[in-house]
Amino acid sequence: MSFISYLINGISLGSVYAIIALGYTMVYGIAKMLNFAHGDVIMVGGFTIFFAVSMQGLPPAAGILLAVVLCTLLGITIEYIAYRPLRQAASSLAVLITAIGVSYFLQNTALLLFGANTKSFTSVVTVPAIKLAEGQISISGETIVTIISCIIIMAGLTFFVNKTKVGQAMLAVSEDKGAAQLMGINVNGTISLTFAIGSALAAIAGMLLCSAYPSLTPYTGSMPGIKAFVAAVFGGIGSIPGALIGGIVLGIIEILGKAYISSQMADAIVFMVLIVVLLVKPTGILGKQIQEKV
Amino acid sequence: MKKLKLSKYSKENIITYGLVIAVWAVMQILINGGKVSSLMQGLLVPLCVYVILAVSLNLTVGILGELSLGHAGFMCVGAFIGAFFSRYMQNTIGQGFLRFILAILIGALCAGAIGFLIGMPVLRLRGDYLAIVTLAFGEIIQNIINVLYIGRDSNGLHFSMKDSLSLGLAEDGDVIINGAQGITGTPKDSNFTIGIILIIITLIVVLNLIHSRDGRAIMSIRDNLIAAESVGINITKYKLMAFSISAALAGMAGVLYSHNLNNLMATPKNFGYNMSIMILVFVVLGGIGNIKGSIISAIILTLLPELLRGLSNYRMLIYSIVLIIMMLFNWSPKLIELRKRYSLKRLLKKEVR
Amino acid sequence: MAALLEVKNLSISFGGLRAVDDFGISIKKGQLYGLIGPNGAGKTTVFNLLTGVYKPNEGVISLDGRNITGLKTIEINKAGIARTFQNIRLFKELSVIDNVKAGLHNHYKYTTIEGILRMPNYFKMEKAMTEKAMELLHVFDLDGEAEYLAANLPYGKQRKLEIARALATNPKLLLLDEPAAGMNPNETMELMDTIRFVRDNFDMTVLLIEHDMKLVSGICEELTVLNFGRILAKGATGAVLNDPQVITAYLGE
Repeated sequence: MSFISYLINGISLGSVYAIIALGYTMVYGIAKMLNFAHGDVIMVGGFTIFFAVSMQGLPPAAGILLAVVLCTLLGITIEYIAYRPLRQAASSLAVLITAIGVSYFLQNTALLLFGANTKSFTSVVTVPAIKLAEGQISISGETIVTIISCIIIMAGLTFFVNKTKVGQAMLAVSEDKGAAQLMGINVNGTISLTFAIGSALAAIAGMLLCSAYPSLTPYTGSMPGIKAFVAAVFGGIGSIPGALIGGIVLGIIEILGKAYISSQMADAIVFMVLIVVLLVKPTGILGKQIQEKV
Repeated sequence: MKKLKLSKYSKENIITYGLVIAVWAVMQILINGGKVSSLMQGLLVPLCVYVILAVSLNLTVGILGELSLGHAGFMCVGAFIGAFFSRYMQNTIGQGFLRFILAILIGALCAGAIGFLIGMPVLRLRGDYLAIVTLAFGEIIQNIINVLYIGRDSNGLHFSMKDSLSLGLAEDGDVIINGAQGITGTPKDSNFTIGIILIIITLIVVLNLIHSRDGRAIMSIRDNLIAAESVGINITKYKLMAFSISAALAGMAGVLYSHNLNNLMATPKNFGYNMSIMILVFVVLGGIGNIKGSIISAIILTLLPELLRGLSNYRMLIYSIVLIIMMLFNWSPKLIELRKRYSLKRLLKKEVR
Repeated sequence: MAALLEVKNLSISFGGLRAVDDFGISIKKGQLYGLIGPNGAGKTTVFNLLTGVYKPNEGVISLDGRNITGLKTIEINKAGIARTFQNIRLFKELSVIDNVKAGLHNHYKYTTIEGILRMPNYFKMEKAMTEKAMELLHVFDLDGEAEYLAANLPYGKQRKLEIARALATNPKLLLLDEPAAGMNPNETMELMDTIRFVRDNFDMTVLLIEHDMKLVSGICEELTVLNFGRILAKGATGAVLNDPQVITAYLGE
């Protein structure tokens, strides 16, 4: 019975990873950059809700909305100031390092505003836990909300990308910026929109993550960010279903690893599985194989 | 009489070596004059460690052209193996200097061997995938060391992955690696002068490698893999060579690092991906493939937060802003264009004309 | 005299499309041989098959009597085939002379240790390499630009440098993929002289892909025409170029 509980927890954690991984994967797909600051946007989302709900006493829904709006604006601003000038840079490493700079910036701003002490986050989820199998399995409200959110987001994004004009424009820009521009697509606008969506998702992920694991520090987003990045690579970076699969698999491995092997080794196990997957399938589970034309 | 003609490269190299020796000489004079605070003196060995790390990572990133985010992992291997060796041999080899040289050799060799083993399967991966796998490797190493317990008693070595009690040591037992508590009591064999010597060794290895047949092969792979193959260059061999040498030098830096600390622990701060990223920042800011640049940026960026210490809480914020601005300034095509147009050199030239 | 390059029955498919179908060629030592055909006919694919970039589905390639089918690119280069690329592939961040030295890689050796410790063998071999590289650069009139970055060379010279680099690997057979592309008529004339010079002085056999008919008719002794992956015609240059089938394929009906 405990196995099923662990599995459900794993899926729940994996759903959070999947939502974060989506942000990574979309940004990577369209801007071909690893946005190292993505994890820290999660933290900004968490702190916004903490500030609005726990400190100012606003209703949770207002807090969440505020976080989503703030993170969206933040994402667009970061892209505009720090990443856009480097889009044509001679080395793709330049924008990677700038992203790292942005990550430090967000962490240290939070450190100045809120201090290094761990804040205890009050869950904003009001859904009651449900008990199954005569009370042997208890599924918390957070878990239910997380999994359902993940499903809704996945379905919504898949619809958006495949069925709407803007979504198609996104696909076009990620295939070939020059050609997309010639077809009259606003490349800059499309990229901004991608960052906006990714950051809004990060805000939601921040809410879910902090509700399930209610300790908040300026570094809260960094490890989940890295793990979600791993999940995105695992599933095949650039692929939306890949992010879902990668996230869920990673969450399950982490929770089961903690439960059955060693709690200290859980991260190492996650990373080892990643290495093995990439060695067998070098572009991830659903990644496209790209061959250079000679 | 033999004509002495220096090529462009040799001149550049002499400047690089000269820079390192000059830093050493200036620091020696300042220290002897009592002008260096003890805080600053404590930074000197870490500074050497970072310079070696930056130069060695530049071999992977700038010369081989592969992105590695696990450089701290190799440093970690070197640090722990070196420190373990010194602790183990503390009573066997009394001569501190000899023991330290052996520790450096062993640390570097082990890190290089691990680089080779990791590199063999992993270097097939391209670009960002390689980056994530190296990052994963660094995290794994750090994780493993945190659950590793090794002790010694009259019966020999004992290993455990659980805790120090399950080592089952006898009365005379001595826990050398104590899980997350790491290694305590490593002899303090490192000092600034040895650090500088190791930097010079690193420079000799890296610079001479670059300007040799092997270096050319490595750079040709970076510039065009398909063309390199077409002229008969063994891709796997040279990728592995660059990667393992880079790892071995990082291991050497690790040994220097660990022999500067009484208590060596593998924390995310000193061996996690944050460290790997910091080294990468040195490399990119100093100029990808530019060895002298790596040295300068490692020195400046290590000292910067210390110089900003007066600003207490704001220093890391300022550091991050400086980093972003410097990246934009150095790499944004528009700003580069602007800088060229209004550069001092050009304005001066106009005057002359 | 036996053929230097003997290809029989060579085929490869990409996702059901037969890019090269039943290709065969026989090139004698010292020949200047042309491979022509409309865009997309599969010419470069033939080069990629000959140099091991792709593995053929069927067929046999033998060089100087040795079966080299399915070998890796570097082994094929060691066996004696060198090439240039349609979209120039230089080592852009290396100097012009270092590009050629990279081509000499397998012919002047010293160990990594000798290189790092700057032992006598390093100086001896580097000196020999520099001499040999300068000699090659001189042939292509590039010796004045030896210390330039390859990326900074003008287009025509980049093409020449690619040929010099290929020659540095000391091949038996040189494959040139559109060597005159992007050159003006003067440069093309010069290139024709250079190719002849290389054949005569380096004892070389050359197989080239080219669209410039002046170059093809000017220096190629024999031609094979590809169309939609299949051989349309082969034989002496004059006869092939006057073949009505070939004219139709080029000009359309």
